[in-house]
Amino acid sequence: MAYVLLRHRDIPDIDRIDVYKKNGGFEAFEKAVAAMQPGEVTEVVKASGLRGRGGAGFPTGMKWAFMDKNNWPHYVVANADESEPGTFKDREIMERNPFQFLEGVAIASYAVGANAAYVYLRGEFWQVARFLDEKIAEMEKAGFLGDKLFGTEYSLRIYTHLGAGAYICGEETALLESMEGKRGQPRVRPPFPPSYGLYGKPTVVNNVETLANVPFIVANGADAYRKYGTEKSPGVKVFSLSGNVNKPGNYELPLGATFRELIFEHGGGIPDGRKIKAIMPAGASSSLIIANDKALDTPMDYESVPDVGAQLGSASVIVVDDSVDMDWLINKTIEFFKHESCGKCTPCREGTYWMAHLTERIHSGEATMQDVDLLNDVARQIQGKTLCALGEFSTMAVVTAIERFPEDFEKRLASGDKHG
Amino acid sequence: MSLAEKYPQEVKEIFAKYPPEQKRSAVMPLLYLAQREEGYVTKEAMQDIADLIEIGVTEVAAIIGFYTLYHDEKAGKYRMQVCTDLPCALRGADEFLANLCDNLGIQVGETTPDGLVTLEEVKCLAGCDKAPMFQLQSGEGIEYHENMTVDKTLELIEALHKGDKEVS
Repeated sequence: MAYVLLRHRDIPDIDRIDVYKKNGGFEAFEKAVAAMQPGEVTEVVKASGLRGRGGAGFPTGMKWAFMDKNNWPHYVVANADESEPGTFKDREIMERNPFQFLEGVAIASYAVGANAAYVYLRGEFWQVARFLDEKIAEMEKAGFLGDKLFGTEYSLRIYTHLGAGAYICGEETALLESMEGKRGQPRVRPPFPPSYGLYGKPTVVNNVETLANVPFIVANGADAYRKYGTEKSPGVKVFSLSGNVNKPGNYELPLGATFRELIFEHGGGIPDGRKIKAIMPAGASSSLIIANDKALDTPMDYESVPDVGAQLGSASVIVVDDSVDMDWLINKTIEFFKHESCGKCTPCREGTYWMAHLTERIHSGEATMQDVDLLNDVARQIQGKTLCALGEFSTMAVVTAIERFPEDFEKRLASGDKHG
Repeated sequence: MSLAEKYPQEVKEIFAKYPPEQKRSAVMPLLYLAQREEGYVTKEAMQDIADLIEIGVTEVAAIIGFYTLYHDEKAGKYRMQVCTDLPCALRGADEFLANLCDNLGIQVGETTPDGLVTLEEVKCLAGCDKAPMFQLQSGEGIEYHENMTVDKTLELIEALHKGDKEVS
């Protein structure tokens, strides 16, 4: 099967504009601008069933259709803040197949009537931003960006904007705050960005991988895209595979491929003859799935993963083998969320701090069963009480580790306190 | 010399990216520019930026405090920022960092006696499949180093020491 997103693996040098053009590059953008109404482009994307690849899985075409047409100008912002532990797919797309992503940005901009688009990259992607700046300049020189594109009245410019190290800026309203030159803290929603976004103007925020799908959809039509994946989760997905696995890396597969296929067929299984213990399908934000046969044979799509008690999210699959204790693992994830909490909502700011205290105590073997119960209680108190999903995310591994791997906690308790 | 006097072209290019009435958006790129020479933002540069975008200097300081890649204190010429988050840790990042500390004779947060490298522990850098890994931050930018060993890292530091390694 030819790649849809990671096309650089089929076509060497596709990061060169001549090579990209020779392989159909910018034809979709030209078709959209020269031969389609903006609304028609949105309709095709809607019909394709493309859903946001950043984690939330919201229908992309619907997001575009929500743009407030009584308030101008409109903006498109590509979310390249990729910071979820276990996620490294957008980086590969931008580094190796940059024009397909930028063409997606351009088509999205045309569809929503934006004349300026920004790519918000996490600050650590300094070199990627420089590289994209070069590619944007090449597109301008070749007439794919600038004024009066393809002989029409449509004009578009794309700019990069570097963040500076803050996981929270992957949340779209925090990202917009950051772009406006403020601390990246989430806004109260509604209003959502398609009515009140960048500089208070209607804005579409789409993930890099989401946008990289768009040229294929516009060039080949919704039906061609729906040949991949499942009825409700159509298309392909880049799965970032990491952790205790022989061949970590990015794997482009149709949505609905199973965990077993990804981890054992493509990822080469578990190193050193050990056994798989748990799977985190959505990075550090993920619930822990017990890696039994039922879980391994579960299709990785938006509808099926909840059947085994987790979400597909950004499809950053972290594999955990049987040498790992869950009290250690949640101590790691909580440390991350404690550091990354933006401080705006009290339950998250204080809750992650308290959870870190407790996970450290448990891991050091000084805790009692009451501490484990308290940890569970603190986690549940955070759920549903924060403006953005970070607070909720911080609790997923904690709650499911205690629920699904209780023996890991029991064996760590201070001696003589096995029963509280 | 103020930031605008020192880097007139760069400042102009930064402002050109944003609508003219949205000067504040320039604060992040301006902070990177201010860090270029010393690797941190001086009090004077903070004031320059506040004046350029017409906000209070306290607000500029708050932004520096919020984001991990801005610094208001001098450190080594290079900040070696090792990721020890879960996926990296599952591939030996904690052991890598501990061994590196032993070999360099410094702890996390400390700087080598020659002032070249400050060792830091950071959160996920999106290089999980190539752990152990770290980034090198200097005034000039950020560079990734992946699939690292302690030996390779010591060689890199030696090369930095000789000055035959430029961070792009």
